[in-house]
Parts: sequence; structure tokens; C-alpha cells
Amino acid sequence: MVARTGTSHGGSGGVFERLTATLALRPLNRKLLRECWHLKGQMLSIALVVATGIMTVVTMRGSYESLIGAQQRYYTDMRFADVWTSLRRAPESLREQIEAIPGVALADTRVGFLATLDLEGLDAPAQGRFVSIPENGRPVLNDILLKRGRYVVPGAPDEVILSEKFAIARGLNPGDTIRAIINGRSRELDIVGIAISPEHTYAVPPGSLLPEDDRYGVLWMGRRALGPAYDMDGAFNEAFVKLAPGANELAVIDGLNTLLAPYGGYGAYARRDQASHVMLQGELDQNRVMGTAMPAVFLGVAVFLLHLVLGRLIATQRGEIAVLKAFGYHDWEVGRHFLMFAVVAVVVGASIGTVGGIMLGDAYIGVYRQYFDLPDLEFRLSPGLLLIALLVSIAGAFTGALGAVRKAARLPPAEAMRPEPPARFKPGFIERLGIGRLLPASGRMILRNVERKPLQAFLSSLGVAFSVAILVIGTFMFDGVNHLIDLQFRQIQREDITVSFLQNLSGGARHDLARLDGVTRVETYRMAPARLRFGHWSRETAIQGMEPDGQLRRIITAGGGVQPLPADGLVLSRVLADRLRVNTGDTVTVEMLEGKRQITSVQIAGIVEDFLGVSAYMNLDALHRLTGEHDVISGAYLSVTESEREALNLQLKQVPAVGGVASPASMLATFEEQMAQNIFISVGFLIGFASVIAVGVVYNGARIALSERGRELASLRVMGFHRREVAVLLLGEQGIITVLAIPLGWVIGYGLAWVMVTGLQTDTFRIPYVVAPRTYMLSALITILAAFASGLAVRRRLDSIDLISVLKTRE
Amino acid sequence: MTAANATSVHPIVLRASRLSKVYEMGEVSVHALKEVDLDLHEGELLVLLGASGSGKSTLLNILGGLDVASSGNLFFHHKSREQELSKASQTELTNYRREHVGFVFQFYNLIPSLTARENVALVTDIARSPMRPEDALELVGLGPRMHHFPAQLSGGEQQRVAIARAIAKRPHILLCDEPTGALDASTGRLVLSVLDRVNRETGTTTAIITHNAAIGEIGDTVVRMSSGEIVERHSNARRANVEDVQW
Repeated sequence: MVARTGTSHGGSGGVFERLTATLALRPLNRKLLRECWHLKGQMLSIALVVATGIMTVVTMRGSYESLIGAQQRYYTDMRFADVWTSLRRAPESLREQIEAIPGVALADTRVGFLATLDLEGLDAPAQGRFVSIPENGRPVLNDILLKRGRYVVPGAPDEVILSEKFAIARGLNPGDTIRAIINGRSRELDIVGIAISPEHTYAVPPGSLLPEDDRYGVLWMGRRALGPAYDMDGAFNEAFVKLAPGANELAVIDGLNTLLAPYGGYGAYARRDQASHVMLQGELDQNRVMGTAMPAVFLGVAVFLLHLVLGRLIATQRGEIAVLKAFGYHDWEVGRHFLMFAVVAVVVGASIGTVGGIMLGDAYIGVYRQYFDLPDLEFRLSPGLLLIALLVSIAGAFTGALGAVRKAARLPPAEAMRPEPPARFKPGFIERLGIGRLLPASGRMILRNVERKPLQAFLSSLGVAFSVAILVIGTFMFDGVNHLIDLQFRQIQREDITVSFLQNLSGGARHDLARLDGVTRVETYRMAPARLRFGHWSRETAIQGMEPDGQLRRIITAGGGVQPLPADGLVLSRVLADRLRVNTGDTVTVEMLEGKRQITSVQIAGIVEDFLGVSAYMNLDALHRLTGEHDVISGAYLSVTESEREALNLQLKQVPAVGGVASPASMLATFEEQMAQNIFISVGFLIGFASVIAVGVVYNGARIALSERGRELASLRVMGFHRREVAVLLLGEQGIITVLAIPLGWVIGYGLAWVMVTGLQTDTFRIPYVVAPRTYMLSALITILAAFASGLAVRRRLDSIDLISVLKTRE
Repeated sequence: MTAANATSVHPIVLRASRLSKVYEMGEVSVHALKEVDLDLHEGELLVLLGASGSGKSTLLNILGGLDVASSGNLFFHHKSREQELSKASQTELTNYRREHVGFVFQFYNLIPSLTARENVALVTDIARSPMRPEDALELVGLGPRMHHFPAQLSGGEQQRVAIARAIAKRPHILLCDEPTGALDASTGRLVLSVLDRVNRETGTTTAIITHNAAIGEIGDTVVRMSSGEIVERHSNARRANVEDVQW
């Protein structure tokens, strides 16, 4: 062989001589070890592709399984309820009747309220959700997990336990005090403990879409202390149940609704609709999709590359196969020997992948631990998962190797020892078009080499295309999120401040707000809890009543247009419409869960493709007709003069009726901060993996081409071609493959992005199907760089090509 | 052209003096060339004879700029300039091969993906004042088959394409390593007659390596090598016709 690819075992074999001698290996196994060492660059790049596949499985699927496991343990340990409801007020004696509903295993009641917190150093009002806990013993359901401090004791009415994220955000500790306005009275409360609960894994303040930990927290307080403060002595306004095994959830919900309707029940809902669970589950579902789709893509690509590269690698060993057969080795022995190449690559790759995957999985879980507040969250790997990944890799390696081995083993030895006859070339398609005439002879060489084995070229291109596609699907989400941010914070939420009231107020509050200094525009809204029914599909939601010609809040369609609010009828989020199986023009039954609790038929006037939350919009006046109330509002959107904003916030803080003051700008900041963190992790991860794939294909392709065509290239060097010119001839083919791969990868990436967008849909969050030009460029750039680096590595080998042997040897 | 004027009247193209080549093979040193002196004159046809391992290929490789001697000097004379190849860099050697040397190999070494004409064009593309590829192929009698790919040509035809490729750039020196080694006698004669004709018609200095002593009759000068040394050198008073050579 001409290039330094086949004859230099002696120099580097020293270590292996000793190793194999010590191990007393059979000659064939020594050959295997030495050749694996000799082909270490190629073997390593194949092993790394396998490692990548295994690593994604271990890391992503393993993280998902760890998260789900931690969630399940958490829910079980905290006795997280199955069905939830809230109501205006009911006597505690009703609890027995709740427990008597068929299918209920356990029931618990409590008191819960929103109250304004008076926090120093915060210019806007903060809200606390006060939740009662029994002073004697723990809650039957929805227990809390104390992280620091202690539980409340009987006879100490001012003791509270704080939710951990809020405590951290505000720098509060057990022993500190916190001031709250409870039912109009300002009270100083003693913080005795810090806790978490599955009910508030995500604590989202009313009117917001995301947790705002510095201005919204949960405060657990003794039932006997909290009850009287809200006139709930011997009464409750929240209830939840644990279902008996095999219970009919819908029947229990119906039972609760019937029982509690006279007490102002707002409608019972299952755990799957519990706000914090929905968000956590949404995150976990996304994780499941990522943890399934990404490893599947990576492992698929790895298997494909193994197939491709090992097949070609073994094809170059044709002569050796013949020699072995001439010496009397059986076909199956020869076959087994070459299959061992695949096994070595897979075993090395799987080892790297498993170790790397566990380390990365640990790091991943470390990030999730800050993010997901799940106690006992540890990275755990199920051996079954690893085994499946390993078997798939080995199967892929074998199918790739088998074809080439069988072809080589089938040849009569004498024929196989002769070099392959000169390859048959003919002018290809491109040249028949006449373009070929414009190319120099060297250009035609490159072109014909690509065209002679179109399937091989296509498969190689497909391999590189997956590198591009992985980068596209890895980064397009940020395009989607940018699109979403622009839509949500620049086109939909155009107010400077969102004010929400503790209780509904009369429309006159609008004028009070307008009179405040700095307020330039006021638009009011009403949130009314309701149950929508269509056929046997139903769903609880809040109908958002909006001013018909609002400028601060508008309904924006996916295309960016403004959807006018009709005088009558509902406009639903696409997700909600899909849940209810309704289309525009259908009539749904709306059961109001507030006020006079009227039941009315309402037409669906429009469906809007939106990305955040699940919404039902309605004209404010039309909503008033549904509730049977006149001019009642839940809050307002304000436009304010920037210079007056600070003073205005302070002023709003003093208004007892104001429960929350949110600012889209601070929501955006939180959002972008989270995104930035995610971008950093995933992009780094993906660039590495995509590069491994691109290098795997290009480096191996070029190395194999070098061993197949080394003689040809050496001849050119003898004839006076410079190294650079010869390198162009060798690497030009890889260049064409890479260039062809880019658009192919874009198309595959675009398709996979659609699959992911569909799979990642949740109630809280839908990723817009947007792929920005930047993402296409980035994916192409990184792939080209990886290919270029591979080319350089091969060029170094090409430079050391042995010119003299070309004159003498035939192969 | 006769032997007498080729070696004495015509100027020297390559001058080798005391060329040695030692290969270090682990703990053993192999002396492939031992202090060889050789002059190559313009237009001369030199036949280098010797058994396998006699050092003839090593000498040819050094003359062609593919290898560098361990000691001794090698000068290339061109347009009254003298270049010391024994001290040239890799890039200078590449340029020397590119501009002045044509190679013909035992196994043709054609590029399978290019037609006969394109194989020749590959070299003329990088040469300073080449022939037209078509003319080079006409010269070796392959004009009608210039659009065939190597796989569509016989061994003799492939070797003639290789010769056309080597001469198309109008090299000053044509080096042929066992050009008939892979061919049967009649095809071999055909190839040799092409080399002979090219030498006569273009005046290209030509060196042919062979282990076949009979071929010596067609050269102006015959040098026989053994164990890295020149053991015999003589000039033919008259170059034999290729058709008359028997082996």
C-alpha cells in the first residue's frame, strides 16, 4: 500500500507486541489488536460516534427517568392529592360527606387566601398565598417537606413556614419576621421554617405566566390561626381527595361539584390540571420528548455511520481476507475476525459513552436540581436502558460489517489477492449536461469519483446531513422562543404594568387608576372561572373578558395579525379548542363558576394559534351578560410614563385592594435568564455531538479514499503535483459530500423540528415552528468546520505518502 | 543520432558523482547505492540493467527527484543553469519533477476516473509549454482511443497512454521504470518502439530501467548494476531496431 496505511505496523506495534505476547493471543487476534491500533484514528472516530449515541441515551433518557422517579417518590411521600376543588365557604362537617363520595379514599380540607405582603426594598406589592396546615400533626393530604427550621406549634398564632424559593429570593430565614396585610390588618409573622411542597413546585402569581419568586411566595400557617383571620373558623374553602384504587375520577369530580355547588364551589379538577403539576409535567414531558427523540436520532445516526464506515473499512482489507483464506481459514473464521473490528469499536464507544453519559447525566441533574425543586433527585440509570442501547449499536455495527465481510469472504482467494480490476468510469450525469467540459481534468476526477458510487456518496452525505440536522433541531427552539418573546412581550402584552385586584371590583376602579400620576392609559379586564362543555368533553378555565378596542392587550394570531374581539362569542386558544374538539361556529355550554353560576350556550367566534397558556377570550360586556353582573373587573392593564413608574409602584403598594402588580418587562427578564442558561448547556452539548458525527463521516471517508486511491495520488505527486493540489483531489470529494449534505440536513432538520414542536406541546407552552436563517447558517458553519478539521487531519497523512513504492508495487 | 555524438558532443543534463544511498533498517544498514558516478547527456537513451535489488531503481528515484541521496552530488543542467538536486528542498524537487521529468511506471498508474486524453491533460494542465494532449496521444499511436477510460484499454495501450502523459509536458528527462515489466513480449516491443521513437523525434533524454538484458541493444549507452554499484558500462555503436530485439 502506498500511503502509510498498511505497512507501518512495526514502528507503532511495540506496545502491542509485548501486550499480545503476554496475553499469548492467537495470531488472528494479534492482527486484530495491531490493526485496531494502526487504524486508531478511524476506530476512535467510529467509537466516538457510538459513544455519542450511547451517551445521549444514558444522559437524556436517564435524566428523564431520574426526574420521573423523583417526582413519583415526592408525590407519594407528600400524599399529593388526586382531585382538587375550591369554594367560597363550607362548614368543616361537610368533610365527612366528601369522604363518603364513592371512590374517595381520603379527604382533607383547609383554608387558603391571597394576601399582600409588605416587603422592604420592593417597590411593587408582593403577594403571599396563605395556606392552612393543622397545628396538631401533619396534613392528611398535600403535606409539606421542611427544609429548615421547624413545624408550627399550637398556640402560636403568628408562626409561618415559608416556601423555599421565595425565602431564598428574599433572603429570609427562620427567626426573621415578615409583614403581611391579612384581611385588612397588618400583622408581623414569625418565620419558623422553610419548606417545599409538590403543590407549589412552581409558584405562579395570579395574572402571570411564570414564577416570580421575589414577589410571590407561599406561607403555611396554623389552621386555628389563619381560620379566624378570614372568618373561616370551623369552615374551609379548599378541599382535595385521594382516590381509592380503581376509582372513577370523573364520578368523584361530579360528586364533589354536586356536593359543593351550594357552597360556592368553583369546580373540581383532577391532578393533571393542578397548576404546578401541569408546569412540572409539561417540563417532564418536554424532557421525555427530548429524552426519546434525541437519543433515537443520535443512536440511529451512530448505527448508520457504523454501517457505512465499517463496511468501507473492511472492503479495503480485501487482500488480507484472501491471504487468510489461502492459508486455510474458513469463511466464518475470517468473517468473525472482521466482525471483531465492529465489536472493538462498539465496546470502546459504549464504555466511553456510558462513563461520559453518567458524568453528563449527573451534571444535567445538577442543573435540574436548581430548577425543579424535587427532593431526592439523583441521577439513576436503569441497566435495561443501557443494554438496549448497546444491543442496537452492536446490531448496527454488525449489519454494516457483515455485508462487506460476506462479499470479501465469498471471493475465491486467488481472485481476491489480485487487486480489484480498474474501476469502470464513465462521464456522469453532470458531465452529460455539458457542465463537465468547463472543469479541468482534476475537477472531473473528483466529480466522477462521486458519481461512480452515487449510493455511497449519498449515504455519506446523509451521514453529514444528520450532523446539520441535529444542530438545526438543537438550536431552532431558541428561534421559536425568540419569536414567542417578540409576540408575547412586544405585540400581545403591550402594557407597562398589570394590576390584579384581590377581589373583583366595580368598573369605577378604572377611574381611580386613571387618576394616579403617570398613568396614561387604563384598560380593564375580568377573569371569570367557568367550565366549558362540548359533547362529553369539558374543561375548567378562566374566561378573560377584554375591552373590545383594547390597545394594550390584543389577540394576536400565529401569523402576527390582530384578531378583532367579536361583540359576542368566545375566542379560544387552539390547544383549548382541540381539547374540547370544537371548531369556529360550534356552540359550547358555558357554566360560570362564580356569581350567579349561570349556564349558557355560547358560540365559538374564533380560534387563535397562541403559544403561552390556555386562554378563552371574550368581549367584557358579553362576559358580564354571562356572569349576570354589571361592570365588574378583576384588574387592569396600565400604560405609564417611565419616569413616574417607581412612584406609581409605591403608590399601588399602598392600595389594599391591589393584590398584584406585574410587569411584563420583569417577566421577560426572568424568561430570558432561564433561556440563556438552557442555551449554554444544550448548544455546547449539541455542537460537540454534531461535530463527532461530521468528523466520523468525513474523516473516515477521506481515510478510506486515501487507502483506496493512495497509489493514484502518489502517482500524481511523482508527476510533479504539489501536496496541496493532491489534497484538493482527495478532499474535494469530501467537500462535495459536505456541501450536498447541508441542504439535505436543513430539510431533515426542518422535518425533525416539526416532530419536536408537535411533541413538545403543553398547556403552558408551545414552541413556535420557526427556524431562523441564523440557525441554518450556524448548523452549516459548524458542520463545515468539523469537516474541514477532518480534512486537515487526513491531509497530514497524505503529505507523508510514500512516493517510491508507487513505482514498484501494484497495490 | 548516433551513440558517439549523443554521449560526447551533447551537453550533460544530469551529472551524478559519488552518489550513495543507505537505508537504515532497524539495526541493519542497507547500502542500496555505493558511490555511483553517472552522466546523462541530452538526447541520450540510457538503458539501466540489473537484477532485482541491484540498486537501479534507487538510482532512478534519485535522478527523478523522488528520493535524496545519503551522500554525493547530483546536478541538473538546464539552459546554462545548474541546480544541485542533492541539496534541494521537497518543494524544489516537486517543481523539478513538475517541469523537467516525465515518469513511466511498470503498472502504468493511470487515473481510472479519467479518459486517456484527460489523463494526459492532467499533466499538461500544470506544465509550462506542453504539447496538446491529442498530439501526445497521436505520437504513441492512440489518437483514435483518446476518449476511452483505462478500464477500456489493454495493458499495452494503458502503457502508451502513460508514455503520452509523460512526454506531453515536453520533459527534459524521461524516466521509465520497467515499462515492459507487466507486458507480454510483442506488446512490450510496441511500447519500447514508442519510447525509441519519442527519443529520436523529440530528443528527450531517456533512461529505461529493465532486468531484460536484450533491451540494452536499443540504447545509446548501457549500464549494468549489481549490489549498488555500476559494474559495466558501454556504448552501442549503433542502436538496434526495436523490432529486431529478441527476448
